[in-house]
Amino acid sequence: MLRFIFGRLAVLVPTFIGVSIIAFSFIRLLPGDPVMLMSGERVMSPERHAELMHQLGLDRPVYVQYLDYLAGLVTGDFGSSIVTKRPVLEDFLNLFPATLELSLCAILVAVCLGIPAGVLAAVKRGTWLDQSIMGAALVGYSMPIFWWGLLLIIFFSGYLGWTPVSGRISLIYFFPSVTGFMLIDSLISGQAGAFKSALTYLILPTVVLATIPLAVIARQTRSAMLEVLGEDYVRTARAKGLSPFRVVGIHALRNAMIPVITTIGLQVGVLLAGAILTETIFSWPGIGKWMVDSVFKRDYAVVQGGLMLIAAVIMIVNLVVDLLYGLVNPRIRR
Amino acid sequence: MKKLTTLLAATALASMMASAAWSKTLVYCSEGSPEGFDPGLYTAGTTFDASSRTVYNRLVEFKHGSTELEPGLAESWDVSADGKEYTFKLRAGVKFQTTDYFTPSRELNADDVIFSFERQYREDNSWNKYVAGASWEYFSGMGFPDLIEKIEKVDDLTVKFVLKRPEAPFLANLGMDFASILSKEYADKLEADGKMELINQQPLGTGPFTFVAYQTDAAIRYKANPDYWNGKQPVDDLVFAITTDAAVRAQKLKAGECHIMPYPNAADVPEMKADPNLTVLEQEGLNVAYLAYNTLVEPFDKPEVRKALNMAVNKQAIVDAVFQGAATVAKNPIPPTMWSYNDAIEDDKYDPDAAKKMLEDAGVSGLKMKVWAMPVARPYMLNARRAAELIQADLAKIGVEVEIVSYEWAEYLKLSSDKARDGAVILGWTGDNGDPDNFLDTLLGCDAVGGNNRAQWCNEEFDALMTKAKETADVAERTKLYEEAQVIFKREAPWNTLDHSLVVVPMSNKVSGFVQDPLGIHRFDGVDIAE
Repeated sequence: MLRFIFGRLAVLVPTFIGVSIIAFSFIRLLPGDPVMLMSGERVMSPERHAELMHQLGLDRPVYVQYLDYLAGLVTGDFGSSIVTKRPVLEDFLNLFPATLELSLCAILVAVCLGIPAGVLAAVKRGTWLDQSIMGAALVGYSMPIFWWGLLLIIFFSGYLGWTPVSGRISLIYFFPSVTGFMLIDSLISGQAGAFKSALTYLILPTVVLATIPLAVIARQTRSAMLEVLGEDYVRTARAKGLSPFRVVGIHALRNAMIPVITTIGLQVGVLLAGAILTETIFSWPGIGKWMVDSVFKRDYAVVQGGLMLIAAVIMIVNLVVDLLYGLVNPRIRR
Repeated sequence: MKKLTTLLAATALASMMASAAWSKTLVYCSEGSPEGFDPGLYTAGTTFDASSRTVYNRLVEFKHGSTELEPGLAESWDVSADGKEYTFKLRAGVKFQTTDYFTPSRELNADDVIFSFERQYREDNSWNKYVAGASWEYFSGMGFPDLIEKIEKVDDLTVKFVLKRPEAPFLANLGMDFASILSKEYADKLEADGKMELINQQPLGTGPFTFVAYQTDAAIRYKANPDYWNGKQPVDDLVFAITTDAAVRAQKLKAGECHIMPYPNAADVPEMKADPNLTVLEQEGLNVAYLAYNTLVEPFDKPEVRKALNMAVNKQAIVDAVFQGAATVAKNPIPPTMWSYNDAIEDDKYDPDAAKKMLEDAGVSGLKMKVWAMPVARPYMLNARRAAELIQADLAKIGVEVEIVSYEWAEYLKLSSDKARDGAVILGWTGDNGDPDNFLDTLLGCDAVGGNNRAQWCNEEFDALMTKAKETADVAERTKLYEEAQVIFKREAPWNTLDHSLVVVPMSNKVSGFVQDPLGIHRFDGVDIAE
């Protein structure tokens, strides 16, 4: 097992270097530069442009800039934003908990609802229940996040008034950020009603962000279950007279979980991509919105640093998934 | 240390809020996050709303809802006869804000003024490069480095600016955000502590609101400055709830989660106007959108060709299609809210037949041209592609074939100022300081050819008026000069002036005292909210 873990960790190093090259070159391939965008409609003289590019070190050969950047990375320095002038790592650490909190809630909802829905659809294959669940999953999967989010806001917040429109917590609550997770911080703050407020603000963005992963997980669970339910050992288990719950819940589901876990792991990338739109609609102060703004402003340091950090998160999650996979399926460890 | 100060600030505010849960809080759903809190470093209105207009003051201020100037931190000023020396008498007894991170020991004096400007251009000033890439963009963009000879302290409350040449718009420039006055005492403390970057994160000024905390991308909190020289504010707290999506801002306003919002979607405005709980303010913005021909390239070097093309475009149709009515057709290069706007000028009449004939008379046939459409929405032009399509259809009617081109925004800005540019470019401008010079000379002066002057148009007669107006301090005299310049502009037609968009601010009926500002800034001093 230990060898397996080290093997996986060793792969991370070249992957990380690869990501750093892509992150570094990707933003520079886009036309325009941050200095040009700084002045907007007001034209900057070529001399002044050159002076500012020099100040920011952007006039050096790209490989020199890259090596310099890499040297910084080794010491944990991700550079400072060209726009806000704040350190990239500081902003990331400040904003990432918000994205993580939302993503965790979304994946929790997607798993808790998606797996039972998939199992149910598989067990009741061909019935109206199966059709309805799979139909709903298809709709969920095809739903444009932006439109779906606005629709929910207009109905639940605007029309019914049940949920707040956007934000992380009511503005009447203000307390120091300890963990960055609003649900936990609101409890720590001890302010009456703060936790409830944070929870209500979380509902709509969670639903929106969970929609696509939920649909994917439900569909994957159904097809994996159908495959397993047709296996000989399941027939044997049934023949032995085990209860349907035991057959489906223990014998079939455990084996069907292998591809489902992979799918859940892959959803992390989907969640982070979905978070960009969800965070924009719900004014959720996470890294999605931060990254998009930076691309528009050609804030090289933030885009490359942010991409590296996000890639690191995804790599770690994939590592965990691989390890989990190994636990569930010992053959993988070989 | 920073965490500790944030913690202290938060704890202080939390206890304050717990003890006074009924405190009057005004919530503004702002459209984006501020880039920082040092107004000298930035050029975006979003940043200025959150920094210079809340926390800071300037020597002179724009009157609420106007581009006229009034005394700010300077209670009076004198201009020397040659127009090169401006002497400001500072207001006595102005206190800097007391915050959790700094307690001032002295009141405003000439050192603060000198510090606030010198840091922006003197390379020997330790603050000139206090953060990487500090470009002091506005200071430089308004030509201050070449304009200011020196700034002198006459006495504690008197400061003198000596200019290299007379420059009438100088005073208006001092009302701009980059000219905000910072505390030198606070800056010295930060420098001594080796934490200079905090001046951009924990601002401290003399303005109506004291900064409390910024929760990145989520909210900015202020409290009314109890020591404000112009009186305490009617509200106790001010919160900017950062909400980037316009549709969501509208929903928040309707749900009562905020009291004022900027920049609504044009499509949401009719519904907001019908809502009995909301008031919708509208005002022509200090902006213009234009189609600039390249007057250095044939056949656009002929005024009659440009004029004919102008007459072929139905501008009202553009305003209707792009703005759904939330804009007015422009006839002058400056907006109607600006002083010296020449209303006597008649716009080129939309008349395709006459246009076609004019083009033939000029010996132009089978003309093919490019029209550049901006890839982004700007306040003065929400959808340049749509506008370009309408222009294309209109010009087709007079036998002109238009190809629409577009580039990525930064490229667009760069390439459009090239003297050899092929085609007419859609672009626009939002005024910085309410001075006509900021439109007419900045965008159409000979010095701006190859730069902001996208028409590459250099007219000696027009330029002479610009120079004269810059050297004249008398507003009545300047008005005459600018009015005359607009006549020349109309005759020569370097642009087709397209529109001036309306600036719309929806707000709750509970709000009183909010005045729309022609400069597009959102100010909350003097704003009250009913309980």
